[in-house]
Amino acid sequence: MARIVVDVMPKPEILDPQGKAIANELPRIGLSSFTEVRQGRRFELTVDGEATEQVLAQAREAAEKLLSNPVIEDVVNVSALPEEH
Amino acid sequence: MAQHLTAEQTPLVADLSQPAPDSRLADVRVGVVTFPGTLDDRDAARAVEIAGGTAVPLWYADTDLQGVDAVILPGGFSYGDYLRAGAIARFAPLMDRIVDAASADGGMPVLGICNGFQVLTEAHLLPGSMIKNERLKFLCRDQGLRVENADTAWTGRFAQGQEIVVPLKNQDGQYVADRRALDELEAEHRVVFRYAGGNPNGSRNDIAGITNARGNVVGLMPHPEHAVEPGFGADLSGSGAVGMREGTDGLDVFVSVLEHLTR
Repeated sequence: MARIVVDVMPKPEILDPQGKAIANELPRIGLSSFTEVRQGRRFELTVDGEATEQVLAQAREAAEKLLSNPVIEDVVNVSALPEEH
Repeated sequence: MAQHLTAEQTPLVADLSQPAPDSRLADVRVGVVTFPGTLDDRDAARAVEIAGGTAVPLWYADTDLQGVDAVILPGGFSYGDYLRAGAIARFAPLMDRIVDAASADGGMPVLGICNGFQVLTEAHLLPGSMIKNERLKFLCRDQGLRVENADTAWTGRFAQGQEIVVPLKNQDGQYVADRRALDELEAEHRVVFRYAGGNPNGSRNDIAGITNARGNVVGLMPHPEHAVEPGFGADLSGSGAVGMREGTDGLDVFVSVLEHLTR
């Protein structure tokens, strides 16, 4: 069993209202070091067997076709998680 | 004691048991699609009937458009807005047929309202996308709109520049597209509705609704189907005296497509 991680972020030029709300909240709980927050999504896709190149290619296709909308989001990472022992 | 009144004693504004006055309009069959999580399908079907047409319920998992002349993708939260609004509904079996019919020679009229608009952008029938409202609030209000394009299949009854009021209710209503797509929409006069009296959600260029190049596919965030009956629709008179419009500004969207299809 292997897991593949897909990370999707809002495009830099797209305002991220959720990230902005989080950034405004942080100083209120005493964490004032951060100048900006952007919120994305992480997906974990599980496969039987190993994360072969073919499986990774399918994960990339899933990322482009369904997991992200290229108008507003970028796929910033598609990679296999290191196996747990 | 409960009283049982007859239809004559409680005059409905629109008596749906009566045949439509114009039988040519009644021959136009407008499909209204229900996805899991759709909310406004009944309202959209009712709007079609009040406009004088025939509403045909369509189920997302079917593969048959049942010979309808036009399709409405109504509002709601298809698939609970999981992933992104409209992202999963876009892959419903019926959507393939709708995309084909909208792109075919005849150019079947398709209207996406609110979540339906989001489905149309996810299906690439219309450019751009919707993100969360600028101030992260779910907005529910009567909203002024300016009709910017009265030449589409769904707006022929309006006058260019006419201002109307219909309800707006959404959380992901901020229309975004890249600069090139926006410039193209403006240059080709494909902005159909623009917010009037202030931009409620941060949408680029105050865009509330757009069309494709042929004008048969229209998507908008506000809800014309909720403003089709006198006394029950949207009105900017607020708590003051009831305005003259009486809240039926949305009706012409539905009459427009019936007339477009009987021309």
